[in-house]
Amino acid sequence: MSLEIAPFAPMLRAQTKIEFIRLLRNPWFSIATVVFPIMFYAFFGLAQARMPYMNATVGLYLLASFSAYAVMSISLFSFGASVAAERGNGATRLMRAAPLRPLAYFAGKFIASMAFGGIAVLLLVLFARVAGGVALPAPALVLLLARLLLGSLPFVALGFAVGYLAGLNAAVAILNLITLPLAFASGLFVPLDQLPPFVQSIAPYLPSYHFGQLAWGAVGATSEPWQRAALWLLGYCALFTWVAVRAYYREERKEFA
Amino acid sequence: MSARMDEDAVVFRGVSKNYGTLVALDAIDLRIPRGQSVAVLGPNGAGKTTAISLLLGLRSASAGSISVLGGNPREQAVRARVGAMLQSSGLPEYLRVDEAIALFRSYYPAPLPIDELLSLAGLTEKARMRVARLSGGQVQRLYFALALCGNPELLVLDEPTVGRDVEARRSLLATISEIAKRGRTVLMSTHYLDEADAIADRVVVIDRGHIIADGTPSEVKGAVGRKRVSFTSRVALDDERFVRNGERYEALTESPESLLRELFARNVEIEELTVTGATLEEAFVALTAGEHRHVA
Repeated sequence: MSLEIAPFAPMLRAQTKIEFIRLLRNPWFSIATVVFPIMFYAFFGLAQARMPYMNATVGLYLLASFSAYAVMSISLFSFGASVAAERGNGATRLMRAAPLRPLAYFAGKFIASMAFGGIAVLLLVLFARVAGGVALPAPALVLLLARLLLGSLPFVALGFAVGYLAGLNAAVAILNLITLPLAFASGLFVPLDQLPPFVQSIAPYLPSYHFGQLAWGAVGATSEPWQRAALWLLGYCALFTWVAVRAYYREERKEFA
Repeated sequence: MSARMDEDAVVFRGVSKNYGTLVALDAIDLRIPRGQSVAVLGPNGAGKTTAISLLLGLRSASAGSISVLGGNPREQAVRARVGAMLQSSGLPEYLRVDEAIALFRSYYPAPLPIDELLSLAGLTEKARMRVARLSGGQVQRLYFALALCGNPELLVLDEPTVGRDVEARRSLLATISEIAKRGRTVLMSTHYLDEADAIADRVVVIDRGHIIADGTPSEVKGAVGRKRVSFTSRVALDDERFVRNGERYEALTESPESLLRELFARNVEIEELTVTGATLEEAFVALTAGEHRHVA
């Protein structure tokens, strides 16, 4: 008796491994998602790390901000750019002809992206500790990671949507056009109260603003109640998932009908 | 599950495929028994790739039914028994050769050992090289290794020799023959009759969505090797080898030179002479109609 189809666990492990390799071997991705947040933190966070701000300190507040930025951009890029690339070069076709289970394909990307996001946050926390003496207590760190990883789901869905809608070259540009303005307008780079009033007025409608609120709340800085942030993110998650699913089926009809 | 030897490897029943108004396949019937090696021959746009996409479950038929190894080609359990080398496909370029093979091995319940795959594809020396750094021929060999990962009962290759040099083509065909000899069913599409001859027990010729010939390589070779000789003559030629249309005479022949030599020897005045390679369709009209117009 031999098996009819391959066992799921080794397939998922192999799929997760290559997704992780993808992220590691793309120097620009690592620079944009791991090095940039640390660099920004070095510029803005270290100088006045101990100064009180929003019931916490500048050091802690910006630690949460740049952690949120790192996880958000990893979610958007690891899904969006990889799906667009695989569609663009025909890898999707080859994988579809093989008995790869779609769940393993998607779950592999998800696990690798979450792991990479977690590592990026831990490196940033370590840097803040070593270079700036900013101590984040363990329970706060666990809360921050849990909130960021769960709260990143809308960006995962948005990444998929872009990956299925945009061509290979356009995808990266579009993702940059989404990530950078979102992060800026939500106060992830520069605290909101230092942004122009116009930006301050639209920020509460952006998913990244509520994502940031979850992060700031985790380090004890003043923020909106987490339930409200979670509700906003849930709504955006539903919207982006709807777009991604529509885009996925559009592709199915075009390429595989 | 025991090997289901009683089932055919591939059965197409009245299969059509339309892309909008374009008819890519028109009511194809085809049965491939297990263990046979079949070459699908035809010009570009004939419907070869469409037929292969349908049998791999990458596309679905507009009409008719397709059975692969007794099941639906869209089922994972069927795909697990089929290996495919596609024409337009890609791989994540950041992977190394051995990593790509390890990935595809994980898709199959009983994969071949990685060393065997590397050696079958001639990539043992390149195992640790990144896909992005491989030459075109090496990438093709990697696709071949991926197609073999699951130790497939049915191996499907869509124009596997395109863009390869003579030596690479020869060694690939030798490996495919080797796999066919192990009792695997092999289906390969190609533009080239000599390739079909090298690996196949059977040649199926497709043109404009129809199967226009189906026979052994030697039957098909006899038909394709012919040339069409066409000329006009004011003097009536009473010769059953020619098809006459007014003053125009046409004949299909394997040896246009001797036919013409003979005509000149008989002092037949001919004008507007053309000698052209018979198109695949012309060459196979005789075969499909069962009417062998044979000349010279």
